[in-house]
Amino acid sequence: VNELPQQLVNGLLLGSMYGLVAIGYTMVYGIVQLINFAHGEIFMTGAFGALTIYVYVLPDGTSMWIALPLMLIGAALVSTTIAVGAERFAYRPLRSAPRLAPLITAIGLSLALQQAVWAWYPEAKSARTFPEIPGGAFEIGSVTIQTGDVFLLIAAPISMAVLAYFVMKTRTGRGMQATAQDPDTAKLMGINTDRIIVVAFALGAIFAAVGGVAYGLKYGQIDFRMGFILGLKAFTAAVLGGIGNIYGAMIGGVVLGIAETLATAYIADIPGMDKFGSQSWADVWAFVLLILVLLFRPQGLLGERVADRA
Amino acid sequence: VPRKGLIVRQRSLIAITAALAAGALTLTACGSRDDSAGSDSEGSGGGTTVVIGVDAPLTGDLSALGLGIKNSVDLAAKTANKEKTVEGVTFKVEALDDQAQPSSGQQNATKLVADKDVLGVVGPLNSSVAESMQKVFDDAKLVEVSPANTNPALTQGTDWQKTKTRPYKSYFRTATTDAIQGPFAAQYVYNDAKKKKVFVIDDKKTYGAGLAATFTEEFKKLGGKIAGTEHINPDTKDFSAVATKVKNSGADVVYYGGEYPQAGPLSKQIKAAGAKIPVVGGDGIYSADFIKLAGASGTGDLATSVGAPVEELPSAKEFVANYKAAGYKEAFEAYGGYSYDSAWAIIEAVKKVVEDNNGKLPSDARAKVTAAMQNVSFDGVTGKVSFDEYGDATNKQLTVYSVEKGAWKAVKSGTYTG
Repeated sequence: VNELPQQLVNGLLLGSMYGLVAIGYTMVYGIVQLINFAHGEIFMTGAFGALTIYVYVLPDGTSMWIALPLMLIGAALVSTTIAVGAERFAYRPLRSAPRLAPLITAIGLSLALQQAVWAWYPEAKSARTFPEIPGGAFEIGSVTIQTGDVFLLIAAPISMAVLAYFVMKTRTGRGMQATAQDPDTAKLMGINTDRIIVVAFALGAIFAAVGGVAYGLKYGQIDFRMGFILGLKAFTAAVLGGIGNIYGAMIGGVVLGIAETLATAYIADIPGMDKFGSQSWADVWAFVLLILVLLFRPQGLLGERVADRA
Repeated sequence: VPRKGLIVRQRSLIAITAALAAGALTLTACGSRDDSAGSDSEGSGGGTTVVIGVDAPLTGDLSALGLGIKNSVDLAAKTANKEKTVEGVTFKVEALDDQAQPSSGQQNATKLVADKDVLGVVGPLNSSVAESMQKVFDDAKLVEVSPANTNPALTQGTDWQKTKTRPYKSYFRTATTDAIQGPFAAQYVYNDAKKKKVFVIDDKKTYGAGLAATFTEEFKKLGGKIAGTEHINPDTKDFSAVATKVKNSGADVVYYGGEYPQAGPLSKQIKAAGAKIPVVGGDGIYSADFIKLAGASGTGDLATSVGAPVEELPSAKEFVANYKAAGYKEAFEAYGGYSYDSAWAIIEAVKKVVEDNNGKLPSDARAKVTAAMQNVSFDGVTGKVSFDEYGDATNKQLTVYSVEKGAWKAVKSGTYTG
């Protein structure tokens, strides 16, 4: 059996999730030049928000078709509240401080959010099971797609299209582009940059929330540490695609996901490379790819299109 | 701002960030989260206080097993205090969290050594953590009894397959080793389950890789075929690429050397990829959490675990009843009985030392307790408890369990005789 199509789909799915989270890193960076390391935890709290709706708010046995939209809303509410709160109380007071201060704050916030969920969310000390979309897998040729993956396959491109429309066509979106290019001039032109920054954090959080729900549906479980490694990967994806560029974030995510999957699947088949081929080496190969890309294109894959930065 | 400057700043920022990210990874690994988790056993028989240290993962993925260990040791200490097993000595438990990290384990070991009242330690859960603790304890002549470590090298040296040499005189264990567990599983899979083509996966940790190796060797010896091997990254939950490889390999069974936080999702994703074949693992996946994480498709998955099922042993009835009566929030899990026996072995050794010294603790109590441990022998929860010349349990029972109707069910008990 030729497993390449299946492995490409595996990589595409993993990469789409990286991309959804990477958008939050890249948008915030594009506007305030802050690497928001707590973003992985925004993703994690989104997933827990969705779980809360399903387990503690909705009556038992609610159909997933009714529950899913409500879970998405719950996830987005929790993520956005935390992200906007973080911006208001942790990052805004430090906006004119040296760069390192907000960065350290972000790392602190990341740990604090992990520990808060660990300590206070019921039974979150080990992994919690996440509801799944009922139904069997789809077979398209030799490719199997799980019901949980279908959500990701639909949600990622739709989210991307909505974001592109928002940034390009709406007044607020154009305000974001202007602020990204030059915050001072944007302010002189009458743009409320404080508001724009809040919008950037909120949008990033909504994408992370969608990613969090997708993670739960795909793997059937969530835990308090799920955002840490995934956040680092998403940040890598954002750098790979060109940090500051929203399309770059998605493309970087997909490239990273496919690179990891193909490394797991095929490196071991290269003669003499069987020791370096297993999944435990996939991250190494993904980072080799990152280094190569940054050597030849330090600005990332799509880093040059400054006009699209938002 | 000039554009060139922006790029330079951007790059140095990314460099700093990368360094910080690496730092953050290390920090989360070292931070001890629950230092005050030590529970004081009540009851004061007056006289001397002896502390039994516990080191296990009390938080994180493996905490279900770790808390079972902690509670069982606590129960042993309380029982000894109530029954005045050692006249004039009150036992206290000091439990430290290692988060399944070797670095935290070593810090905890140093901490326990520094407390002069600690005369024995039960733990750890993970073989990789034990590796980092053994020398610290041995230098202080402090005895360590693990209820769960199964890596043969811990007691028989890294070259155990050829020449057995015991590296540390202070290390004992009540669990049997992977030198027996892996082959035992291979025999069951090949002879009883009649599976002939296996795909072997491990997590590259001391425990997982060791177990996978002993399984593979015996499986090949029996005439089975290895359809493929893979090492997973325990930090991720995405095993889809591996699952696809398993499906296309044509294997009729998967052996996984590792622990349940990865084994659960792995089993689920292998079945979702279209390979409806059982996943078999060692005692590291024998946990209720495995069943939760593997979901409905986990039915039929198999695990071997040390000893006979505690619930069914006549010798364990009292333990199970007392554990229930003590009202612990968490179940005693896979290692409860072994943890109780490990703690009781320490209590027996202390008793011997105290009785030999006219009812008082000698000044070199640690060395004496370690020496006494070698000859400890009593009827414990899991059967006869005593140690051979390497510090390994003489009890080499193992049991195969299968997931049926959402619970582990014992299928076959026995021992591997080569």
